[in-house]
Amino acid sequence: MINFKEFTKVGIVGYGAYVPYFRLPTAVVAEKQGKDTAVVDSLCVRTKSVAEKDEDSLTMAVEASLQALAVAAVEPGKIGACFVGSESFPYAVKPIGTILAEILGIGNDYFCADLQFACKAGTAGMQIVAAMIESGMIDYGLAVGADKSQAKPNDALEFTASSAASAYILGNKKSEWLACLEGTLSYSSDTPDFWRRNGEHFPEHAGRFTGEPAYFRHVLSSSQNFLKATKTKPINYNWAVFHSPNKKFPEKAAKILGFTPEQLKYSLLVEEIGNPYSASSLVSLANVLDNSKTNEKIFLTSYGSGAGSDSFSFKTFPALLEKRRFKQKLSETVFLSKAIDYSEYLKKMEIL
Amino acid sequence: MKVAVLSGYQTKFGELWDKSLKDLLAEASWEALKESGLTAKELQAVFVGNMLSAVTAGQNHLGAMMAEILGINVPCTRIEAACASGGLAIAQACLAIGSGKYDNALVVGAEKMTDLSSEEISFALMGAACQEEREAGLSFPGLYALLAQEYFRKFEATEDDLAWVAVKNHYHASLNPKAQFPFEITLDQVKKSSLVASPLRLLDCSPVSDGAAAVVLSSESFAQKKKIKTPFIVASAQAADSLSLTERESLLELKATRLAAEKAFKEAALEKKDIDLAELHDCFTIAEVLALEDLGFYKKGEGTLAAKKNETKLGGKLPVNPSGGLKACGHPVGATGVKQIVEICLQLLGRAGKRQTKEAKVGLSHNVGGTGGTVVVHIIKI
Repeated sequence: MINFKEFTKVGIVGYGAYVPYFRLPTAVVAEKQGKDTAVVDSLCVRTKSVAEKDEDSLTMAVEASLQALAVAAVEPGKIGACFVGSESFPYAVKPIGTILAEILGIGNDYFCADLQFACKAGTAGMQIVAAMIESGMIDYGLAVGADKSQAKPNDALEFTASSAASAYILGNKKSEWLACLEGTLSYSSDTPDFWRRNGEHFPEHAGRFTGEPAYFRHVLSSSQNFLKATKTKPINYNWAVFHSPNKKFPEKAAKILGFTPEQLKYSLLVEEIGNPYSASSLVSLANVLDNSKTNEKIFLTSYGSGAGSDSFSFKTFPALLEKRRFKQKLSETVFLSKAIDYSEYLKKMEIL
Repeated sequence: MKVAVLSGYQTKFGELWDKSLKDLLAEASWEALKESGLTAKELQAVFVGNMLSAVTAGQNHLGAMMAEILGINVPCTRIEAACASGGLAIAQACLAIGSGKYDNALVVGAEKMTDLSSEEISFALMGAACQEEREAGLSFPGLYALLAQEYFRKFEATEDDLAWVAVKNHYHASLNPKAQFPFEITLDQVKKSSLVASPLRLLDCSPVSDGAAAVVLSSESFAQKKKIKTPFIVASAQAADSLSLTERESLLELKATRLAAEKAFKEAALEKKDIDLAELHDCFTIAEVLALEDLGFYKKGEGTLAAKKNETKLGGKLPVNPSGGLKACGHPVGATGVKQIVEICLQLLGRAGKRQTKEAKVGLSHNVGGTGGTVVVHIIKI
């Protein structure tokens, strides 16, 4: 049971998003897999982002976090927590959170853990940091979602599994808030729609089972519970973000809940970058923050296989317009990309 | 022969994520029993039609599962004949009741297919074909595509001709709340759907489905004692042919359909023109075309006219697959043969709602295993 709590002390003070330079067109994947274009059309994903061979969830987390620090303009030593969510950690044992903290200069007095909950590990980190701030344990905390997502060659996931990272510094000083975090809750169940066994390089999934009983059950339940707990309706929000394994799922979830296509305008980067797993919802949120005005409400529900969803609402503050000038707009960098062919993709993903 | 159908029930067909095979067997059985007015303890036998439970659920011994579900100790028997498992279970129950061994029997057909990936289920279904066909890399769409190719060559038929069958069956399914795909499709959508095995496209093929159907059958005297007005199965005919397509005399017909139909019409002392509606085995659109010809409703080579001219659409001269057929109602393989009986009885009793065939008195069901290795035909009359 969750006791829903309206946060009064938590806001985003800095944010960043990093999407690697390379793109693999889904048409190339379709050709290699011998699938016709109907498959590509149904996903509505044109290209997916591909990290370079020497990039991984840590290097991308660093890039995103440095942006967040630049926006926040906060002394790194004041950050009291560093939680990194991923499903492609370079180590099975040895946290990258401490490496990230070291690079950022956070010091030694901080809470830290690497988190795994498939694609919602990043938002789970945000919940933990928010709770610590609200309780007064820390003044600032960093939550990151980062993935160099794995997909088995010739599998359906190969079309969309991509790379990116997004970082959020939360803090308790209202004067520094770009947006306040109004509240959060989650919906979880033991639903094995997608998994990767220890020692295996590629994940497996249960095909069509990943739809209705997995993604939709959790995204809709968490969202509906959140709307009920906050006594709000979709019309009360300016923008909505849903985890995007493709374009169809978030559009369908939004429609069922009562959100309009206009509210998803900035949260469907999936068409260009694919699904960067733990970074997906957080990258979309960053794009929304890059484009929203002040005093606008943002609804977000992430999804992680296995399974669960985290729902949040944010309200933007005037400082957003000033402070986001310290990071480059995501929409400017995302389209500065280079298409690669399949063999280059295999090399960069170290499959070849 | 005169075997009464005391009751019938079909579960929703589709991707039933939260229902196990046992759930489906239980739902269909208990609902059919409830409608029949019999208690489980009054049942004298149970026949279960199922093809793939060992593969899809790791479960054999379905007779004992039925005994467990119903809390009974009477004979419970699992029947398997690939996609004709349901129809054959009905036929075995008719034999048993007809022989006087039992006064009544529950027949339930069920299949749970969606827990496997498409590759796994395609492989499992090929258990209904022969080893050489498996080794040649064929799948069921491929096998029926070979029949379609031969048909096209001989009769200059086209993809459009087949597509009309899918359009018609989807129209029927749009009127059936139990159907897996209760919506219409257009000819254009069929023609633009992905090619699966030339010339068969995605929308020429029946889906992978979960579902169950059950009927309670009894002898005529038992039904009279219970004072229930029921439809009667007046013919139950079965024929076999080679497992493999390569051993068939002709690829332009399913001989077992022709033989079973001849026996069924003779047993019922009826003719083709007496049939008011039919539930035929449209695992692929070509299968419905061949069935119409092999059952004698259309001349060889003219089966494609049926759907194109709306003759087999509701309101036409011989409504075929008012349930939506395998294509649009769904095809949980062991359940289909039983579902066909349920649908026909609903039609004969005037309880088919928006998809009611007017003045239906006699129906025919046609259930095929594999590419025609087993065919079961029933004629039901009210």
